[in-house]
Amino acid sequence: MASPAVEMVGVSKRFGDVVAVDSLDLTVEDGEFFSLLGPSGCGKTTTLRMIAGFEYPTEGNLRIHGVEMGLKPANERPVNTVFQSYALFPHMTVFDNVAFGLRMKKVAASEIETRVKRVLDQVQLSQRADARPNQLSGGMQQRVALARALVNEPEVLLLDEPLGALDLKLRQNMQYELKDLQARVGITFIYVTHDQEEALTMSDRIGVMNDGRLLQVGNAHDIYEKPESRFVADFIGDINLIEAEITGARSARLSNGVEVGIPEGHPASGSVTLALRPEQLVLGGVEVRKEGKDQLRARVTRRTYFGDVYYYDVDAGLGELLEVKEENRPDVDTFDVGADVTVSWRTESVNLVTG
Amino acid sequence: MSESTNTRGVSRILGLNAWMVYVFLYAPIALLIVFSFNDNNNVAIWTEASFRWYGEMFQNAQVMGALRNSLLVAFVSTIVSTILGTMLAIALERYRFRGRGALDGLAYLPIIIPDVTMAVMLLIFFFQAFGILGSLLGLSLTTGIPTIILAHIAFNISFVAVVVRARLAQFDNALQEVAADLYATRWATFRRVTFPLILPGVAGGALLALTLSLDDVVVTQFVSGVGSTTLPVYVFGLVRRGVTPLINAVSVVMLAASMVLVGISLGFQRGGGVGAQILADPEALREEITAGGAPHAEGATT
Amino acid sequence: MSDVRVTPELEAAAERAEARRGFVLSLPPYIYLVLFFALPLVLVFVYSFASRSSTGQTVLQDWNLESYRRLFSPLVLEIFVRSFLLALVTTLVCLLVSYPFAYYIATRGPRVRSVLLVLVMIPFWSNFLVRTYAWRVILGSDGLVSQVSQALGGEPIRVLFTNSAVLIGLVYGFLPFMVLPLYAAIERLDWSLVEAARDLYANGWTAFRKVTLPLSMPGVVAGSILVFIPSLGAYVTPAILGGARTVLMGDYIVSQFLAARNWPFGSALSFAIMFVMLLATVVYFRAGAKSL
Repeated sequence: MASPAVEMVGVSKRFGDVVAVDSLDLTVEDGEFFSLLGPSGCGKTTTLRMIAGFEYPTEGNLRIHGVEMGLKPANERPVNTVFQSYALFPHMTVFDNVAFGLRMKKVAASEIETRVKRVLDQVQLSQRADARPNQLSGGMQQRVALARALVNEPEVLLLDEPLGALDLKLRQNMQYELKDLQARVGITFIYVTHDQEEALTMSDRIGVMNDGRLLQVGNAHDIYEKPESRFVADFIGDINLIEAEITGARSARLSNGVEVGIPEGHPASGSVTLALRPEQLVLGGVEVRKEGKDQLRARVTRRTYFGDVYYYDVDAGLGELLEVKEENRPDVDTFDVGADVTVSWRTESVNLVTG
Repeated sequence: MSESTNTRGVSRILGLNAWMVYVFLYAPIALLIVFSFNDNNNVAIWTEASFRWYGEMFQNAQVMGALRNSLLVAFVSTIVSTILGTMLAIALERYRFRGRGALDGLAYLPIIIPDVTMAVMLLIFFFQAFGILGSLLGLSLTTGIPTIILAHIAFNISFVAVVVRARLAQFDNALQEVAADLYATRWATFRRVTFPLILPGVAGGALLALTLSLDDVVVTQFVSGVGSTTLPVYVFGLVRRGVTPLINAVSVVMLAASMVLVGISLGFQRGGGVGAQILADPEALREEITAGGAPHAEGATT
Repeated sequence: MSDVRVTPELEAAAERAEARRGFVLSLPPYIYLVLFFALPLVLVFVYSFASRSSTGQTVLQDWNLESYRRLFSPLVLEIFVRSFLLALVTTLVCLLVSYPFAYYIATRGPRVRSVLLVLVMIPFWSNFLVRTYAWRVILGSDGLVSQVSQALGGEPIRVLFTNSAVLIGLVYGFLPFMVLPLYAAIERLDWSLVEAARDLYANGWTAFRKVTLPLSMPGVVAGSILVFIPSLGAYVTPAILGGARTVLMGDYIVSQFLAARNWPFGSALSFAIMFVMLLATVVYFRAGAKSL
């Protein structure tokens, strides 16, 4: 089995008194598409820069395919980076930009020619090989940046929010293209983003970061459906967080007195937080009693129509309102503001989160 | 910036004022050029057009000697001050080291200091230095071309540095990181990425240094010796004694030379010239101004 | 394969190596500036306390404050006040002429603006001595101004060798110093603020007075300092256009080193004028630069 593409053990980065990255333990497998997801300032970019070599870790080990690289300067590492701002050399043509790394490594001119042409084909820019960066659109510039990194056949490709500057349609297209590209070339991609949709759709695995710490690592399903901490639950998608007191191995009491079921694997007593996604909640009329579901009575306080779905805010006497998402389908009932309803969910859907 | 905030009348008055200012700026120059072709001893009365004074100028040994000195001094001092100024700019802008703050302040002083003070400083310095060298090593040194060159370098380093720094500040640091990411050594990054991109700034700084050197009067006057006068100092001496048409011709030649330099400078900086580029950034503008975007005014600019 | 533990010391070592590189790079210009600038400056300071022998030599003994005391003598104060007032008037005239001018340029379209600015820069870049000399031709007793007045039936006027001539020369030389910062400040203005004022019933003049003018203050301050400081120490312009009666600081200092041969006094004068200018520069950095 190939050694992991990137291994970070106990890595911290401090800038004076500021702790940007705090004791990170991260393993990125060979050939996977891994995303670092988190809000601005969470340390994901700093982590990427340490892998690239633009920063040295203050503590900890960094290994790339088993080789210790923590203190190696950037120009000696077998990784390449696609920058958020693309950072294309303005005074060079597309061809010269892409060929730069190969020239630095003193690759033969004929081989440079072949490889550059091939990679420009891959990103569909063969026609613009002689253009200057300022003559290209944003999307094209981004592809040049990608080509410039890929042509060197790095062991790991690092991408720092590369799609941030593109408009929505283009961004979505590029997301598919990048995913395809990665599958084809088989290089490990480490992708930094604050956009959860990007992370969820493109990645094999996601690492969620906040405040310099890595909170949870898993595939899209795990992250979305089994958040382990309050932050992850809240950051990804929408979430209802309900406080409760533990009353038994599989039960807890909510603040409105109702007892509901919770999964196992928690302390014997104390407070606990239930996490439920809006689409895991179902609204029904007051007379309906759904089998196998926990249920609360509530009143609708707001309804918002999004075309394909309805969002309801309901008051179930828990202090905070619950958010329910219902599809706009003929077989799904709609309820008006002020209506008395029941809110139900399956006990298996409940996640307990800490923090 | 909408026209709607001005009424038509106000706009007209402003326009008129603007045109008058332009006339004010260009009229003296135009007049000088016209009268340099005047075939009359009396400077201001027009007789007929001739190249007489240009001919006299080229045969005047003193003028030619002064011209040669000016060119020599300008050439040498520009090269040295451009190299030193660029090094200074990169060191200050890119690195943090002990003593950087002090150097930063020291680097700005020659720009703020009046040229009279600068002249006095260097005169005293050379006088004192020659005295010490004389008693220690028995050398008998005097002021001359070398001291003029040394003096010009002294004030030009700062001006070059300011221009190059303005250019460096616009530099995208990500480009350096990208180059390293693409396996470039520090030297390769400088040679292939940094230097080509700051070259317009370096060229601008060099042109500024050249113009300042060719124009300098006071500092040169103080540190030049017998037989080592430069053209502006020579002309200055002539002017104080009285106006002759010869001076007109010399002036026009000097004017033409500076226009050529301006033209080169504008051509070098694509897209609007030094002016437009720097003016887009008022901070850089302020620096450029205090640096000597007005190279030939006196006082603060040496 | 051993586990290399990265520690803070190693990171710091990398930083120190970087700092050393910067220091080495700065060394040649640093040395040059210290030798040919800082040292001469110190020498001037030292000389200002020296004494002058009867033959005009500088004697580096008998240190005294004589030169500084003389700074406050009536003659010197008169020269200083004259220079100060001239610089002040020059600045005011430049301001009054430049503000509408800069405003006009700033309110044109982008292409026109660039052209207009370049047109301002061109005379500004051409030889200063020559441009000042041109005025000598115009203002002489048989110069253009005089010819015009005679054509109109009046007397021959000689403006040359008066304070006015120097004023004209200084304004001419330093006008771009005022125009460009003003332009920069006005161009940066958020015009939606002016429109907001109009929306709130202000007329054109009031909007200008209460919105545009205050917001362009940084440019006014910057330009004023940039004109005032060099005007104070002007030498070439007064030498060419001024007369024997109007002695200004620049010429007075120069004469101490050429004619009068009183180097200690000249040093004290140089130092004093440099001090005043540094003060003005500090004012500039505090008041103007912050907002510019």
